[in-house]
Amino acid sequence: MNPIVSAASVVASGLSVGLAAIGPGIGQGTAAAQAVEGIARQPEAEGRIRGTLLLSLAFMESLTIYGLVVALALLFANPFTA
Amino acid sequence: MYQDSFYILNSVFSLSEIEVGAHLYWEVAGLKLHGQVFIVSWLVITALLGFAIVGTRDLKQAPKGIQNFMEYVYEFLQDIAKNQIGEEEYRPWVPYIATVFLFIFASNWAGALIPWKLIQLPEGELAAPTNDINVTVALALLTSFTYFYAGLSKKGIGYFAKYVRPTPILLPINILEDFTKPLSLSFRLFGNILADELVVSVFALLVPILIPLPVMTLGLFASSVQALIFSTLSAAYIGEALEDHH
Repeated sequence: MNPIVSAASVVASGLSVGLAAIGPGIGQGTAAAQAVEGIARQPEAEGRIRGTLLLSLAFMESLTIYGLVVALALLFANPFTA
Repeated sequence: MYQDSFYILNSVFSLSEIEVGAHLYWEVAGLKLHGQVFIVSWLVITALLGFAIVGTRDLKQAPKGIQNFMEYVYEFLQDIAKNQIGEEEYRPWVPYIATVFLFIFASNWAGALIPWKLIQLPEGELAAPTNDINVTVALALLTSFTYFYAGLSKKGIGYFAKYVRPTPILLPINILEDFTKPLSLSFRLFGNILADELVVSVFALLVPILIPLPVMTLGLFASSVQALIFSTLSAAYIGEALEDHH
């Protein structure tokens, strides 16, 4: 494999996970903060809030996972190796 | 030198080794099949069928034991469909959503709970079937077909009118959505399961005892949430296709 291609792939796979984690991180923080506020205001709705929160956190997490899929493709199934 | 010691470490703790992209190939009629996926998913299917048969063999008016458990599971799955599709039309879609949920859930937990590394294969390794992208793409395409079928069987050709709603300007985006739905469904499930297994095996490589346990527990939780998400989203897409716009 061309050394420049492999070096670029490793750097890019690191960046793809790292950059993809920024947005969802902020989003999950906001969502969790709002959920805590909601529970503090209405403790009897805790169960439903927790369920919705977990579901939406997993949605946000999947955005990072897309970055991870790109990183894994670059590391283990690199299309530019030829 | 460092690399040498790394390989020695690796061979001592070969139980924590992970191979990405290595498969046990079966040649069937010129097609290459990923054998390890079939083995584990057949086991999962057998286990699920076994549970269903044992749970319904001796039905009683007042359920107890395994029948009670199976009824609880059924009500949980029914609620997923009911919440997303609505009270009137959810019933025909419960089997599909329940099957998808149970298969994904059992596959994820089978991959995490059964010590597959003790069984040596000539190539590849046994793991959760959902960590192969082909499985998750197949499941996501099934969901696509199901919601198309749901919409077409209810509204006929009028189903396609939803593409020009609310304005015809959104036509390209509405068409694009049909492609991004299976894409995101399959990538989400595949990435989450593979990420769980990679994290656990990296931890197990660094510290082989005790430390990976909390991560494994987190993985169990995350993989059950992924099963819930996949079935909830499938139900939501079906519900969207069945929705009336009048």
